[in-house]
Amino acid sequence: MNTKAVIRIVSLAALLAASFPVLSAGGGSLEQAGINIRDTAAIQRGAKWFVNYCFSCHSASYMRYNRLSEDLGLDEDLVQRNLVFADVKLGETMDIAMRPKDAEAWLGKAPPDLSLIARSRGADWLFTYMKTFYKDASGRWNNLALPNASMPHAMWQLQGIQVPVWTTLENGHGGQAEVIDHLTLVSPGIQSPEEYERTVRDLVTFLDYLSEPAKVKRKNIGIWVMLFLVLFAGISYLLKAEYWRDVH
Amino acid sequence: MAKPASTLAKRADELLNWFDKRLPVSAFWKATMTGYYAPKNFNFWYYMGSLALLVLVMQILTGIFLTMHYKPSAEEAFASVEYIMRDVDWGWLIRYMHSTGASFFFILVYLHMFRSLLYGSHQKPRELLWVFGVLIYLALMAEAFMGYVLPWGQMSYWGAQVIINLFGAIPSIGEPLTEWIRGDYFISDATLNRFFALHVIALPLVLLGLVLMHLVALRENGSNNPDGIEIKANKGEDGHPVDGIPFHPYYTVKDIFGVSMFLLVFAFILFFWPEAGGLFLEHDNFVPANPLATPEHIKPVWYFTPYYAILKAVPDKLMGVILMGCSVMVLFFLPWLDRSPVKSIRYRGMWYKILVFMFAIAFVRLGMLGMAAGTPAETIEMRIWTFVYFAFFILLFFLSPKGKTKPVPDRLTH
Repeated sequence: MNTKAVIRIVSLAALLAASFPVLSAGGGSLEQAGINIRDTAAIQRGAKWFVNYCFSCHSASYMRYNRLSEDLGLDEDLVQRNLVFADVKLGETMDIAMRPKDAEAWLGKAPPDLSLIARSRGADWLFTYMKTFYKDASGRWNNLALPNASMPHAMWQLQGIQVPVWTTLENGHGGQAEVIDHLTLVSPGIQSPEEYERTVRDLVTFLDYLSEPAKVKRKNIGIWVMLFLVLFAGISYLLKAEYWRDVH
Repeated sequence: MAKPASTLAKRADELLNWFDKRLPVSAFWKATMTGYYAPKNFNFWYYMGSLALLVLVMQILTGIFLTMHYKPSAEEAFASVEYIMRDVDWGWLIRYMHSTGASFFFILVYLHMFRSLLYGSHQKPRELLWVFGVLIYLALMAEAFMGYVLPWGQMSYWGAQVIINLFGAIPSIGEPLTEWIRGDYFISDATLNRFFALHVIALPLVLLGLVLMHLVALRENGSNNPDGIEIKANKGEDGHPVDGIPFHPYYTVKDIFGVSMFLLVFAFILFFWPEAGGLFLEHDNFVPANPLATPEHIKPVWYFTPYYAILKAVPDKLMGVILMGCSVMVLFFLPWLDRSPVKSIRYRGMWYKILVFMFAIAFVRLGMLGMAAGTPAETIEMRIWTFVYFAFFILLFFLSPKGKTKPVPDRLTH
């Protein structure tokens, strides 16, 4: 391969690479969740928060209880006693008693299933969402990540109550706009802000695990596959070089 | 030890002989592999064809296993994909191989087609080879589109909605045509079921048939090469091209090395970045299809976005559809639009280098713009690159017969 060809390949690769940042755009300013999917203890704590605070309204219909106990190294009895409320078997999926039709009638909109929420929304969005609930002027729950969210703040007793602090911005056309600058805690919750942040991080870690239970396994196997392929590439290169020695 | 081995070899010879009397096994192997002489100066670009074949085989094999667990019904499709991802042993690996494979198929095919622009592989006498290639590309687009509907996520549903509605722009027959395609008044269970049938059996058969014709046409005239010289014009005393080497073992071992390098990239994406930041698996497609909730931003998968941008660049829907159709159909005519006496970009003038470079940028930029939200500034840019896209083919037709060329050497530069 001559140098010109190399330049051509590199410039093509650069063109392709340039197309990636476009996709990650959007979503405004999200906080970094900073989760570690290998932190099994965090996933276990998150599972507890999930079952206690989310699971009465949100299902996780693609997840089975026994998969939880297997992946998180939890004793089946422990899962049965602590995570399974209803009279269901461990091999069943994590469904809720509320039927979607009823939920729609009672809540206006059926709460979405959370099995894949971390894949559709992303961990950072979930982290920001659970941290930015506030009470607006009318005394209703609202959210910075999802304005006019229909969901109330399920964990308000843990976090406490936040209210917005407004600021005035020039909107560039000579006018002014009132926007929320930040949220401030007016009524402390059971947990300190640091504790609550850890709670949300644990919950998001669990949701991320929930969205793809095989993720850790996938990455672990990936390392061995890559090592094998490096070896294979080396050997196949030597084989090629040996055969091609007589080509001039 | 030598004796049993030679007896074994004798037995193997006898067996081969038995087959050769009944089926041209050795003759076929010789004609297409050991006795087929390929130019010895293939570079990076010449790996793409064999790799695309590898991906085709991989898609068929992983597809068979996915079919064993997938349920082609609007009620069950989404859940069955999650069942594969969670409950089927190694289901996640097979699904990711298939989804990553789909995107890599297009990456390879685009590079493979670009190679033709670089070295004039579409020119006489390989026009039919190119035409079969474009037919493969068309079948592949249909195959990919229908496959993308099967997971029955929000993007599957709404993407299909948008693309099928394009046919509605055709005057008078448009509406009935879209109903005929969907099998219903809207995208529904009937649509999913028929797309499943087309995706798993009809189009794969068409693809395999076309690939076979592509390969037969390739072996007829032999591969072109980076110098664009016909190696058969210069044969040695043994009757073989002096600049050719037997395909087997030289290119089989070289392609095995190519496979190993490809698999390194492929496995890296598959195991560490299977969503590719939302390019290969879109975020919205992890939400089950909901006919009542339109996603904020509907866009096709990345490999269709250049054409989607051409569609969006035109204000009138029918004209947009026509122009988009033209942007694909014009590829069929490339061998006759390119009238240059010289094949390879190496021996064409600066005019051709600029044309090809601008065309590549236009294609990539259109692909990026096709994914974007579509601000007025982006729409203007789409129009500019759409113009550049078509200008390439028009300028090629007029400049190629008299454009400057350099002297072509008699032998390959190696």
